[in-house]
Amino acid sequence: MKYLDEYRDPNLAKKLIATIIAEADREIRLMEVCGTHTVAIFRSGIKSVLPPNISLISGPGCPVCVTPNSDIDTVIAIAKVENVIITTFGDMIRVPGSYSSLEKERANGADIRVVYSSLDALDIARKNPDKKVILLGIGFETTSPTIASAILSAQKENIANFFVLSSHKVIPPAMRLLLESEEVKIDGFICPGHVSVIIGSNAYGFIPKEYGVPCVIAGFEPLDILQGILMLIRQIKSGDPKVEIAYKRAVRPEGNINALKILDEVFEICDVRWRGLGVVPLSGMSIREKYRRYDAKYAFNVEIEPEKEHEGCLCGEVLRGVQIPSECPFFANLCTPDTPIGPCMVSSEGTCSAYYKYGIIWKK
Amino acid sequence: MEKIMIKNDKILLSHGSGGKASHELISNLFLPVFSNPALDQLNDQAVLNLNGLKLAYTTDSYIIDPIFFPGGDIGKLAVCGTVNDLAMSGARPLYLSVGFMIEEGFSIDDLQRIVYSMQKTADEAGVKIVTGDTKIVNKGHLDKIFINTSGIGLIDNDINISGNNARIGDKVIISGSIGNHGIAVLSKREGLEFDSPIVSDCAPLNSLVEDMLSVCPDIRCLRDPTRGGVATTLNELSMQSKVGIMIDEVNIPIKDSVRGACEMLGYDPLYVANEGILVAIVPTDSVEAILAKMKENKYGQDAQFIGEVIAEPKKVLLRTLLGTTRIVDMLSGELLPRIC
Repeated sequence: MKYLDEYRDPNLAKKLIATIIAEADREIRLMEVCGTHTVAIFRSGIKSVLPPNISLISGPGCPVCVTPNSDIDTVIAIAKVENVIITTFGDMIRVPGSYSSLEKERANGADIRVVYSSLDALDIARKNPDKKVILLGIGFETTSPTIASAILSAQKENIANFFVLSSHKVIPPAMRLLLESEEVKIDGFICPGHVSVIIGSNAYGFIPKEYGVPCVIAGFEPLDILQGILMLIRQIKSGDPKVEIAYKRAVRPEGNINALKILDEVFEICDVRWRGLGVVPLSGMSIREKYRRYDAKYAFNVEIEPEKEHEGCLCGEVLRGVQIPSECPFFANLCTPDTPIGPCMVSSEGTCSAYYKYGIIWKK
Repeated sequence: MEKIMIKNDKILLSHGSGGKASHELISNLFLPVFSNPALDQLNDQAVLNLNGLKLAYTTDSYIIDPIFFPGGDIGKLAVCGTVNDLAMSGARPLYLSVGFMIEEGFSIDDLQRIVYSMQKTADEAGVKIVTGDTKIVNKGHLDKIFINTSGIGLIDNDINISGNNARIGDKVIISGSIGNHGIAVLSKREGLEFDSPIVSDCAPLNSLVEDMLSVCPDIRCLRDPTRGGVATTLNELSMQSKVGIMIDEVNIPIKDSVRGACEMLGYDPLYVANEGILVAIVPTDSVEAILAKMKENKYGQDAQFIGEVIAEPKKVLLRTLLGTTRIVDMLSGELLPRIC
């Protein structure tokens, strides 16, 4: 991990910032579509060192945040079925659904466990053969291959009590939807680092080609992001949009072929609903018919009440980049990380949480 | 009985995270009922005057999964934690009690390992375990083993260390690199493997505190940033002393392996638990002498000056490596890994 140091060098950062200021000769709006970028941008204070004509907009990059309430309501309903164990990744546990959250159901006695990998969930299934173990599958392509591989392992070992509720999503179709809607002007995308390790830079090729919008895949250290911003500015000025990789130490044009193969084996692309964006065509991943015995959607026929959004919560607008968290009437008063109303305040990757935790810049 | 103001009607795990919910539970439920001058200080130990002796008294319960982790085990942790809570008042820790709560079916071999580890740590810290209790619980009613330790120590009469003593202009020192314990325990529990193994910093810090006091008896505040991490500890000190604290990101010692693991998990290392470092607020003119003395101690070799006490705003601020300044809040909820 030694290499991280050179991406945190304050002197290099100063030079890069000076170059950005010198070269940015017009209004430029860049969107990042990765929650880790959002957090890194806020934590390092990048926004406040950029010239005022460069704006960074946060998009739908937090997988927890884009999960609609109905998915959360469904898993809560399954948690109430007898003899089940719900396994979930990290911050999903605190996200409020329409009527409750997994955290509250856990305190009420439901068996809900936080796992760090899909293989942990599979292990829980092995150790509890008399219970049905459901893994809540949330995440982009960084998570979904591990879940696909857990399903393949379950099949190989003939584990019959393991199920996945797939709410997985892929990011490029959401970027297309944002460009199509023209609700927000986007001059360039800072493309996600981790996701691109899996899907490769080629996956964004349609963006410069069909929409003329430049893309740069960036890493997560402050200098990575500044470098990505500079490359986008130069592309915009040159009038020659393309997909570039500023995160060459991890991303290849073709992505990770093995991971993509496993994904395609287990999942098929479907239309799916995102919080804030509505149904995004071809952006979901549902479990293929041949693996249906592991699909919690079919194994548990639970009924849920109609989904309810918290009236006035602007998470949807924030996820589309139309509004910023501080424009929400609840932000930082009724809605805080301790008393979250919407998921963008719960998730550590959420835009509201990043604004709340790191966005309060102190100026004398 | 008065109605108590807590946001939830049930206890959630976040009430034990050391962050905001824990503070809410203490301030709104325990404190109003138990209130007395010693408790109201809200330090990690009570300081009591008994027949002219200044006594530090503290207790803590230890629950950890896994019970054996790189760099320590629940027994070592139970001794270090209580020794450190005493030492943070400037006390010389003297005697500990130990209470074991053990699940039926627990391995005697493992218990023996834990007990030996406790004695070894007690020897190193120069404390004696002088009284104890054992309870066995039906299988499934607790997870393996919980340990409670209480401790007492003596404080020299001229030493006055408390969370409310920080003064404007004082300097902030940290004794070692941050985040090692939390990440070591997590990586063992979850079977995560990193490029270089991360080892818990779990250690008794009383000798380090003694060394520091030998060059500067008027240290203002000492605290070990355990649950909630350095960010939460600095917030506590800022609130208790009613001052602001400005720290510099570039000065905060952190191992590359811990930074890498935190990046992967989506953790901010400032919120990750430590068990073998301390944060000290000291008068400006003694910084160099204290740092030099700390570096002679094996638990203070990476000691660093990280910031200073300021008048306004009365918050914890961090100067990032890009030169901007942002507010560092307390931990909210549990520390949870991100999904990407």
